[in-house]
Amino acid sequence: MEANKIYPDPLQVREELIQRYPSKVAKKRAKSIIVNDPEIIPEVQANVRTVPGIITQRGCSYAGCKGVVLGPTRDIVNIVHGPIGCSFYAWLTRRNQTRTESLMDANYIPYCFSTDMQEENVVFGGEKKLKIAIQEAYDLFHPKSIAIFSTCPVGLIGDDVHAASKEMREKFGDCNVFGFSCEGYRGVSQSAGHHIANNGVFKHMVGRNNTPSVGKFKLNLLGEYNIGGDAFEIERIFDKVGITLVSSFSGNSTVSQIENAHTADLNVILCHRSINYMGDMMETKYGIPWMKVNFVGADSTVKSLRKIAEYFGDEELKAKVEELIAEEMPRVKAIIEEILPRTTGKTAMLFVGGSRAHHYQDLFSELGMTTVAAGYEFAHRDDYEGRDVLPKIKVDADSKNIEELKVLPDPELYNPRKTEAELEALKEKGLEINGYSGMMKQMTKKSLVVDDLSHYESEKLIEIYKPDIFCAGIKEKYVVQKMGIPLKQLHSYDYGGPYTGFEGAVNFYKDIDRMVNNPVWKLIKAPWQKAGATNGKSKGLEASYVTQ
Amino acid sequence: MLLRHTSKEVKEREGLTINPAKTCQPIGAMYAALGIHGCLPHSHGSQGCCSYHRSTLTRHYKEPVMAATSSFTEGASVFGGQANLLAAIDTIFAVYEPDIIAVHSTCLSETIGDDLQQITRKARDDGKIPEGKHVIFASTPSFIGSHVTGYANMLTGIAEQFAVSTSAKKNQINIIAGWMEPSDMREIKLLSKKLGIKIVLFPDTSDVLDAPQSGKHVFYPKGGTTVSELQSTGDSLFSIALGAISAEPAAIALEKKCKVGFETLDIPIGLTATDRFIMKMSEVANVSVPDEITEERGRLVDVMADMEQYLYGKRVALFGDPDQLLPLTEFLLDLNMKPVHIVSGTPGQRFEKQMRQLLDERSPETNFRNGLQADMFLLHQWMKNDPVDLLIGNTYGKYMARDEDVPFIRFGFPILDRIGHSYFPNVGYSGSLRLVEKILSAIMDRQDRDALEEKFELVM
Repeated sequence: MEANKIYPDPLQVREELIQRYPSKVAKKRAKSIIVNDPEIIPEVQANVRTVPGIITQRGCSYAGCKGVVLGPTRDIVNIVHGPIGCSFYAWLTRRNQTRTESLMDANYIPYCFSTDMQEENVVFGGEKKLKIAIQEAYDLFHPKSIAIFSTCPVGLIGDDVHAASKEMREKFGDCNVFGFSCEGYRGVSQSAGHHIANNGVFKHMVGRNNTPSVGKFKLNLLGEYNIGGDAFEIERIFDKVGITLVSSFSGNSTVSQIENAHTADLNVILCHRSINYMGDMMETKYGIPWMKVNFVGADSTVKSLRKIAEYFGDEELKAKVEELIAEEMPRVKAIIEEILPRTTGKTAMLFVGGSRAHHYQDLFSELGMTTVAAGYEFAHRDDYEGRDVLPKIKVDADSKNIEELKVLPDPELYNPRKTEAELEALKEKGLEINGYSGMMKQMTKKSLVVDDLSHYESEKLIEIYKPDIFCAGIKEKYVVQKMGIPLKQLHSYDYGGPYTGFEGAVNFYKDIDRMVNNPVWKLIKAPWQKAGATNGKSKGLEASYVTQ
Repeated sequence: MLLRHTSKEVKEREGLTINPAKTCQPIGAMYAALGIHGCLPHSHGSQGCCSYHRSTLTRHYKEPVMAATSSFTEGASVFGGQANLLAAIDTIFAVYEPDIIAVHSTCLSETIGDDLQQITRKARDDGKIPEGKHVIFASTPSFIGSHVTGYANMLTGIAEQFAVSTSAKKNQINIIAGWMEPSDMREIKLLSKKLGIKIVLFPDTSDVLDAPQSGKHVFYPKGGTTVSELQSTGDSLFSIALGAISAEPAAIALEKKCKVGFETLDIPIGLTATDRFIMKMSEVANVSVPDEITEERGRLVDVMADMEQYLYGKRVALFGDPDQLLPLTEFLLDLNMKPVHIVSGTPGQRFEKQMRQLLDERSPETNFRNGLQADMFLLHQWMKNDPVDLLIGNTYGKYMARDEDVPFIRFGFPILDRIGHSYFPNVGYSGSLRLVEKILSAIMDRQDRDALEEKFELVM
């Protein structure tokens, strides 16, 4: 990479990032700040506790469970059991778009449901109020499903949301009620909540409807949450090549789709971090292989479509995919070629999510931009180093508390879609079947990888590298922009998007071009603050007037 | 339809809140602490709380919102959060170097019984608080009150833990700001300056949450009430608390600790509330009101008189927080408008009584509810039964406004989809003039949109 010629030695950068920390903190942080080598991937400390007092990007387990995984399914009434705030903050803030077929179809996404737990509920228990709330939701809306999400106090006071859910489910008969123990203190970040959500969706939803799905090439889209309409673009592409989307986990999804997901023949995984558990569990129970794909980036989309066609091994599908690529790519190419001269050679940093910091590097490389540093907010070592590292990951006290479901092949429904030999052959062809090689393999030598970047480290990195764009979330947005560097939000897309597929790539190219070349960044200094400006120090107007 | 499941038929609920017109205490505590210079708010709970509060405040202000967290895990939740908070205090003073750490509790730390007074005392005894630095705290469990009472609790903590009374009284007046925007606080300071009165305003988020673009991120921006100003509040002549729910508790604490007398007024939104504010200021500081202010007032009344035909009888639904709703309702009545439905999620009999009293006198048929299940779902149902011409409330109102095709004015917290609230005030005569302008624009834009071609007016 050119970067090490331009920038200081990354090992020195690391020293600079940690020098201000108390020694114990510095020692801990040093293990999460790694100089990359894609050939011999070094170990990155990840998925460990954030030091108290450090200003972190991370959120909580509840956010990962309700906010990320369950939030996008439109016809579940999601009741948050706890004080009002948790439900309020997760209300419509993640931009999971959804499109119903008619006005008659259920869509509860614009609603916020809470038990608004009061002090008396904390003291005397909140189960009674929860059951009343479930009953009221049932009476008002008659939904197909009601999901209950536990917030911090719930676990501490011992409310049994699972028992309450079961009781109400049995009482109603026609409404699936189930609970999640996703209290905010579980695990070390949102990641724990993803796992808890995967377990609950797998236990309570997947496999409830055995009606065979119709279609020749049937797959589920895992880890796609339809932020800014990302799933709509992928659906459009699938539709054009004749791929049947049985279910999405969980962007633009419905309860009945998820209940029928086990009838698909392939799971493609976008966000590995938040949904890989589901892929594994469906593989074991139903024999559906999963494959890592990426629809972020035009070239990545092309590659992913070819891989899917290769998986199904159908010549007609392959031809259709090529046809689509031939149809879509010229427009994409025309636009990027026009933009490239303005973006080539610029640098980016990405510190976000559990997969996005990887995926979006593809788009930046399409823009001719170099990623000089990247890291995740809540990922695990396998997201950095690849899944080969899984057996080596030590299970610590925080991970131990998150249930690992014991999954066995279903006596009736287990049906391996491919033989071991077929899977091996596909892997030979470069398909990431039941595997993921992680972010670092793709990053250049001597680029910097930082897990759970702190506020302090982000400011230091910006000072040292002066990137042309920084990618993170809303909490970082205006901090970075105050430093005169544009920040692209990769959770909310700054309320734009979609960024997937061909349409998304074009959107992203245009957005980044606009941001890195915006004249506003040159207007920060007032004329009188610029070097050589007089700012009232020259002879005043009055004097010159007098001399004339 | 965005809210397609909201039916007309109102059924009483006891367990379920739908589309709340409030949020939880800690975010209010965080906002209040940001109005203290050199202060880093600290959330003693799970990471999610801090992340959510920072995100919401950031979306509302489009500004950096810095705050730290105790990052509770399951272990801390079982064994208590003392070790986490002590570690956090160490880290924060070493890395972020604030003058003050303002700790607030959460539902988690309150449920397990963490005692912030005891933990912060231990931090002091263990020498974790550097010379000249401060750690203050407020108890803000999310299962009591709302964001508004959380704000009040942090302000009370600030008053109790900083104010000092010496023998020397200072010729200044404390103004304890109820929940208002940086722009409003700036306007209060401006009005006081015009009156020639020296005030200590706290908190003061102007020059904090409306910071200029300078090419630098200033971690502790220029604004905020300073420690020495806060200490001096104990020697002030008098306190004026703007807002019974969000500001008065701090005034009471100050009176108890330092014997500074106080009076509680409404936040000066609208003509009459501003009149009361100016009158009280002039009375306690013994100054006469300058012509400049009288003229400002005159301009507001002038517009109210000239445009009265567009305002008369217009039916309004509003939701939000007690200390804003009360003067806003009064102002709507002064504008000859008709508040039809009012909802606030913040519980409390004080507010209920005050609002009832106002409505009984001037608009007895208005639907009003606050507290549990007084939510936007109920408000929306009321609107379906009894339609309105205008909706006023925070950003979440836009879903109802679009479904019901009602003009909508963003007012309150949070406003996530527009700018302006941090720059242009709603308080004082000029802020009220801005409000009238907004109301008129909303109503008159609608008239323009809906008018038959032959009835389309050039001059209005």
